[in-house]
Amino acid sequence: MQQAEVDMQTRDMKSKEDKSMENNKKGHVEKYVQIDSNRTKRRILLNVLAERLFSLSTLFALIVLGILLYRVGEQGIGWINLHFLTGRLSINPDKAGIYGAIIGTVGLMVIVIPVTLGLGVATAIYLEEYATKGKIQAFIKVNISNLASVPSVIFGLLGLTVFGRLLNLGSSILAGGLTLSLLVLPIVVVSSQEAIKAVPGFLKEASYGMGADKWTTIRKVVLPVALPGILTGAILAISRAIGETAPLVVLGIPTLILKVPTSLMDDFTALPIQIYYWTLDTVLTPEYANLAAATIIVLLVVLFLLNALAIFIRNKYQRSY
Amino acid sequence: MFFFITASVSVITTMGIIFTLVADAYKFFLEVPLSEFFSTKLSPLSADPSFGILPLINGTLFTTLIAMLVAVPIGLTAAMYLSEFATERTRRILKPMMELLAGIPTIVYGFFAYSFVTPILMKVIPSLEPKNVLSPGIVMGIMIIPMVASLSEDAMNSVPSAMREGAYGLGATKLEVTFKVVVPAAISGIMASFVLAISRAIGETMIVAIASGSSKNFTFDITHSMQTMTAYIVEFTSGDAASGTTGYYSLYAVGLLLFAFTMIMNLIAQHISHKYKEEY
Repeated sequence: MQQAEVDMQTRDMKSKEDKSMENNKKGHVEKYVQIDSNRTKRRILLNVLAERLFSLSTLFALIVLGILLYRVGEQGIGWINLHFLTGRLSINPDKAGIYGAIIGTVGLMVIVIPVTLGLGVATAIYLEEYATKGKIQAFIKVNISNLASVPSVIFGLLGLTVFGRLLNLGSSILAGGLTLSLLVLPIVVVSSQEAIKAVPGFLKEASYGMGADKWTTIRKVVLPVALPGILTGAILAISRAIGETAPLVVLGIPTLILKVPTSLMDDFTALPIQIYYWTLDTVLTPEYANLAAATIIVLLVVLFLLNALAIFIRNKYQRSY
Repeated sequence: MFFFITASVSVITTMGIIFTLVADAYKFFLEVPLSEFFSTKLSPLSADPSFGILPLINGTLFTTLIAMLVAVPIGLTAAMYLSEFATERTRRILKPMMELLAGIPTIVYGFFAYSFVTPILMKVIPSLEPKNVLSPGIVMGIMIIPMVASLSEDAMNSVPSAMREGAYGLGATKLEVTFKVVVPAAISGIMASFVLAISRAIGETMIVAIASGSSKNFTFDITHSMQTMTAYIVEFTSGDAASGTTGYYSLYAVGLLLFAFTMIMNLIAQHISHKYKEEY
């Protein structure tokens, strides 16, 4: 198909050349120049059009982002007040507050942060510093990258079976937190690996040269230098965990919990779950849409602050050698 | 040794996923014959339950297809713009903003699809149901745009500039360089980004759980509600599925199939980017 086109074009050009040669003989040079410059003009025009079109499609995504933020803001901003943030859940939309959901999300993070940081950084240290290059290391790496692309619902099923039923944690904060930890673990591992890999070799060699052993070198040299990179990755992983809904829903979080959780073993609700249930129930009570929008604003503000923190840490503490 | 144990957590997680899915899906298939599983009748909660998965596969296919129809052209042209046309300064501004779009939780997109996109589409297509496949498909596509754009752009960026300059030297315009030099050279990375996007769309849950409803009919009409595999899992578990029933085990059968689909897509993507990688 393409080949045929090319053939056509070359034949075209040849015939034009033939013609132009004839024209030249006759002394009509201008006509030849005219034809050629038209073709160039068309190519340039096409190029400009394509640039416009492509830049539009880049902007399209951003415009949608703008509309999304505007819509949510418009629907929800009027509903955010002190009572909404500190009040308890209620069936009555005017009285409903998301204090319980905020506490639930904080509770989840109390589990996710230490578990993912501990496991993630330790895994990264093993892969980068201890593991000998070989089949096991390659296998673990492939495994981690595959794990990162497993749909989050599947992690929900894993959590339901292992934490919910097998370890009998039910739909407690602990079960939810552990499920989310496994979900975001690959993100922490990969970013920590990158951070550790970026530590320059001469720093480590200097440490070995002073007589330090491997563990001391990792503790005193590698980790402090890699810390900003590790933290940036960890914050991104945490913001993913905060917004994740599907695994928690699969764990079977009850629809309406009026009690604020007091321990990690309590049933709970979290910000994204609250958005989910309120959105589903807008058919019954239209005001729930406003409550959902207001909760989305709270969630997005938290995520925005976390991302800003990550960028701040990266810019302030990351040194280049 | 300690570090080896922590590193094996990820391997154990994978094995745990496969084991739980296979074990409970096995119990499901003891009770439900394969012929019923691959039928078009799905009514898990009726007195005479039937567990045909084809309506779910159908719903998943349609949402994925619509999402790809949105994400591929827009994502690819955005990648072309960022990589070949935009100045370094515009690129530095636009790319992080694009990535912002990828950081928004999917539940927010679900809310957006249901409370904004669907009502607008209903004005254009009056026969559209409040819960349908079209709206979540489009929104899912928008959600995937940054992924396609960013991965394709990486692929285009790694095309050596000597190849571009060769074409420019012959008098080619940027458009011609993009389509005749850069895209063919980066085709493996671009294809891999499409396949990963499909995998992402298949596994996407909250948008469809909210906006495409829970109709288990086997239909090809995108203005109607359809249920995807992911939405089935979410609906059934939040509806207090009693442990040990066939319905409960059906979750794992659907989950296993979902896991297999996304895994196959990921392996294809890896295969494409390894096998057809051009070395310069």
